[in-house]
Amino acid sequence: MAAALTARRAPASRARRRHRLRVLAFLSPWLLGFTLFFAYPLAATVYFSFFRYNLFQLTPVGLTNYRFLFKDPYAWRAIKNTLWLVVVMVPLRVLFGLALAQLLTRIKRGGNILRSIFYLPFLIPPVAATVAFVFVVNPGTGPVNGIAAKIGIHLPDWFNDPDWTKPGLTLLALWGIGDVMIILLAALLDVPTSLYEAAAIDGANAWQRFRRITLPTISPVLMFSVVTGVIQTLQYFTQAMVAANASQGNADQAGTTTAPGYPDGASLTFPQTLYNEGFQQFNMGYACVLALVLFVVAMFFTLILLRRFHAFGDDD
Amino acid sequence: MTGTTLATRRAPALGSPARRRTRRRGRRILYWVATHAIAIALAIMFLAPLVFMFLTAVMSSNETLTGELWPRSWHWSNFGTALTTDHGVMLHWLLNTLLYAVLATAFMLVSSIPVAYALARFRFRGRKLAFVLVITTMMLPPQVTIVPMYIVWARFHLTGTLWPLILPMLFGDAFSIFLLRQFLVTIPAEYADAARVDGCGEFAAMLRVVLPMARPAIAAVALFQFFYAWNDYFGPLIYTKPDSWTLAVGLSTFRAAHHVEWNLTMAATLLTVLPVMVVFFLAQRVFIQGVTLTGVKG
Repeated sequence: MAAALTARRAPASRARRRHRLRVLAFLSPWLLGFTLFFAYPLAATVYFSFFRYNLFQLTPVGLTNYRFLFKDPYAWRAIKNTLWLVVVMVPLRVLFGLALAQLLTRIKRGGNILRSIFYLPFLIPPVAATVAFVFVVNPGTGPVNGIAAKIGIHLPDWFNDPDWTKPGLTLLALWGIGDVMIILLAALLDVPTSLYEAAAIDGANAWQRFRRITLPTISPVLMFSVVTGVIQTLQYFTQAMVAANASQGNADQAGTTTAPGYPDGASLTFPQTLYNEGFQQFNMGYACVLALVLFVVAMFFTLILLRRFHAFGDDD
Repeated sequence: MTGTTLATRRAPALGSPARRRTRRRGRRILYWVATHAIAIALAIMFLAPLVFMFLTAVMSSNETLTGELWPRSWHWSNFGTALTTDHGVMLHWLLNTLLYAVLATAFMLVSSIPVAYALARFRFRGRKLAFVLVITTMMLPPQVTIVPMYIVWARFHLTGTLWPLILPMLFGDAFSIFLLRQFLVTIPAEYADAARVDGCGEFAAMLRVVLPMARPAIAAVALFQFFYAWNDYFGPLIYTKPDSWTLAVGLSTFRAAHHVEWNLTMAATLLTVLPVMVVFFLAQRVFIQGVTLTGVKG
């Protein structure tokens, strides 16, 4: 690298200009894309948030949209639901992913097959996975509740019961644990075995080894899983919407439900209110306020990630 | 769960060496059975929904509402019915999905590879900032910018089609750039330097020398992009109308359109899942390496 640098410096500014042009040429698709599809729409989101806009009429309304946010019961319901998912679903996913990965490291034969089986549901298209899952755990149609009843466990009517909708969605998310599991499995396999051997000689038991060696070594990856999990959950949309539609069963058009967040607002997530306001009611100005809320929160977690990872192990 | 499996592995208590050994062996067997039993039980639970889906798909429509597990008679024709019902609307969705997925993937590769190459190999002012911005755009939810984007595409009269989802792929995809860059930095610069000494331009060096070495990463991002498009619900939901629906959006309406015919819904669902599963089993390594690359490099 150093040699390349000095070589470039020597033949003066013409080479440097050529280098700069070359960099620009290689980067140009992204530079354009960043401007057109990120910087501009972000600025426009701020701009439109001060207007009432329904695609035809643009009326300036000052801070009205922001004020409305504080008394919009749907938005608050959605914020509470999304918060619930962040607090419950994200940690459970990481813990379950870690448990599965731990389990896989202990299995010598057939480990690859098990790994594929655990990973597979993650790949099922979310719409398909949700429709299938709702059907399978629906007491009227699916066998799960019936089988559980035979061994004496009474399971709830998951997606028709407001108290059990979010736990149901959490179960669905645990079924699709594949991504978290694979990342944590790779991290576990990266822990040097010499550390474990040394600890075993010192008489450390399994829990001590896990606590003192495994956890500290994989903690950056755990942290990564938690933060990306939070950011994914902030945009949690498809499963909640499809589960509501499938269990309700009376949606006549894609994305429209007679009652958003069925049952009783229990599955209404924040991106869903944004979608309803912006693309069902065409309150695009207010939708921009919701988008900005999402932006600020997601940006906060992105910054944590960036700080923690120093731009992902860059070398300078 | 980790706690219990680990607890069975606790160091044995003191005793005579022989007894300790037999006890340890007993423990080990117990431990083996415990971990494998848990693993197998979990594997069954992971596969069960898919099996139920399949069993439901081949039932008669009345039987699906009985909570019966095993089909009394096997209606294989349900798959054909699901494909051809409503004038073959599913085939239409499939074609739309393929158009979206194939074009998005091709465009993404053409535009993202040079950017990733530049971020991995060139030194220039603002390189770090550019990379941080790539990660930021990758992380931020697509809903953040959706309203103005919709307004722009509406002005170009492209809402109601899949083009608002395909055309941006000509301008680099943050996730793919990030993943490719992570792989490309691991390839020593000497290879490209050698190619340039041999008279190649930088672009030719990238195409002929570096990219063939990066084939696993390129395959991974291509697969991820393809499946992203295949699975995408939010994008098509915003932009498409029934004529341009993809499988994901169409499938979400299938249940409502066929009320109690759960067998057809399950058949349609399975048909949507099937291509993904086939590709996964053919290209498992690529997938798993790709996922690992996104998380562990940190």
